[in-house]
Amino acid sequence: MSPDAINDVSKEAAVAPPNPAAAGDAPKLRSTGLNFYYGTFQALHGISLDVHANKVTAFIGPSGCGKSTFLRTLNRMNETIKGARAEGQILLDNENILEMEVSHLRRRVGMVFQRPNPFPKSIYDNIAYGPRINGMGKRGEMTERVERSLRRAALWEEVKDKLHKSAFELSGGQQQRLCIARALAVDPEVLLLDEPCSALDPIATAKIEELLFHIKTNCTVVIVTHNMQQAARIADNTGFFLMGKLMEFDTAEVIFKNPKVKATEDYITGRFG
Amino acid sequence: MKLSLRRKAINAVMLALTGVCTALAVGLLFFILGYLFVQGGFSLNWNFFTKLPVPVGETGGGMANALVGSAKVLLLATCLGVPIGFLAGVYLAEYAGGAYASVIRFITDLLNGVPSIVIGIFVYTLLVVRTGFTTYAGGIALAIMMIPISLRSTEEFLRSVPTALREGAMALGATKSRTIATVVVPAAIRGLISGMMLNLARVAGETAPLLFTAFGNQFWSPGWAQPTATLPAMIYAYAVSPYPDWHRQAWAAGFVLLTLVLLVNITARSIVASGSSHKSR
Repeated sequence: MSPDAINDVSKEAAVAPPNPAAAGDAPKLRSTGLNFYYGTFQALHGISLDVHANKVTAFIGPSGCGKSTFLRTLNRMNETIKGARAEGQILLDNENILEMEVSHLRRRVGMVFQRPNPFPKSIYDNIAYGPRINGMGKRGEMTERVERSLRRAALWEEVKDKLHKSAFELSGGQQQRLCIARALAVDPEVLLLDEPCSALDPIATAKIEELLFHIKTNCTVVIVTHNMQQAARIADNTGFFLMGKLMEFDTAEVIFKNPKVKATEDYITGRFG
Repeated sequence: MKLSLRRKAINAVMLALTGVCTALAVGLLFFILGYLFVQGGFSLNWNFFTKLPVPVGETGGGMANALVGSAKVLLLATCLGVPIGFLAGVYLAEYAGGAYASVIRFITDLLNGVPSIVIGIFVYTLLVVRTGFTTYAGGIALAIMMIPISLRSTEEFLRSVPTALREGAMALGATKSRTIATVVVPAAIRGLISGMMLNLARVAGETAPLLFTAFGNQFWSPGWAQPTATLPAMIYAYAVSPYPDWHRQAWAAGFVLLTLVLLVNITARSIVASGSSHKSR
């Protein structure tokens, strides 16, 4: 595909409605004209989209397309990289996150990473870490909060008898659910997941997909995935990224069954990427 | 055929040569240990650990004051040198970036390469000429020697903590300093402790800087502002004396010092070894 062709479709994408859910309610997150740079390299070009509350929004696209960069802009994890810089606006409930106090933002917008990254602490202390550093919950309330978080991540039954064992004793899939529970323990409003299943087997993947359905009832979920079947299974809305641009953003139904942009169709049908 | 024989011969000679040199290198420790034991082990008795040195001509006596003196000097050196090296190591590993970090690293390595006797003279000139020989001057001299080692080992162990752990903590709203204190340092704690112990073992045998600072003492050193006996300085003083009795005491002190250093080394290494199983996933 020539660069011209991409420019053409991006124009086409620009006319696509940025609000596929069209539910009428205000979006949980609204990105407007977001550009992102790693030094002189521009990784994101004018991303505008709405993420709706209590929905699963998935981003798909080939490697290096900017989907993870965009996700990591939503809680400003990219800031730790030297020379990284964002332009534009991202609103979380009408508050610009680029001007927010960053630790406050990250308390409200949690994140789960590609590889499980439990702390070298006990299962209990892993979950209690977030509430403790954010001054949430007194000692008496903490045990209850830990249990609630583990239940939400569908891990409670498996670990309730070994809460004080090292988190490293868990399997990879359990560790990833532990990381989800850890993120949920601070009651985030949005949960970002950066290819959370790419290091897991199909059974562990299925468990995580299933629990995302429950999580979205009181949390907004944004997930980046390499796996299109996964996006099709779990997403309400889906965005397709290509070379730093949002090519198409619509309901998962439209994206996977009736994409309006040629590049999306090519990617979905496996013609490239 | 002839060529092949030659090659085989060269191969055999090389193998033998490298093998013998390896045996020599490994055997050296056991030779030193054995020699020290033979020379000093027999004059080593309970008195060595409990009694003060006795004047020439009298038999018996010990080096209790030097054992306590060494402990005091090393305690002070650890309390001063390790925190400074540790915090600077945290800065180097977590905050300093790029060219700046390599400058710090280079200077630290230069400091590490300063001969210990020069550090002794330095402390002597700045401190001892005003205050006289003191226990704390010895502690300061050894602390200066501990700083660069502590700094670099802290940096190394903190760097080995995966970035994913830092990201995990920061994604929960932890500030950078909070992340370091509650996740990065605890994850590296075994390495940090063992590094500190190896550092201690390294300076425990330093003699030159102590000759200028803590000096020596035939009696108990009552506090921190008086000269004190230390094991290495005592070994030096006794070994160069003309009395066979004192030579035996010096051998005994050498044996005790080496044993303590080896014990600290082995403990430090076993701490790291027991931690590696915990770390692996």
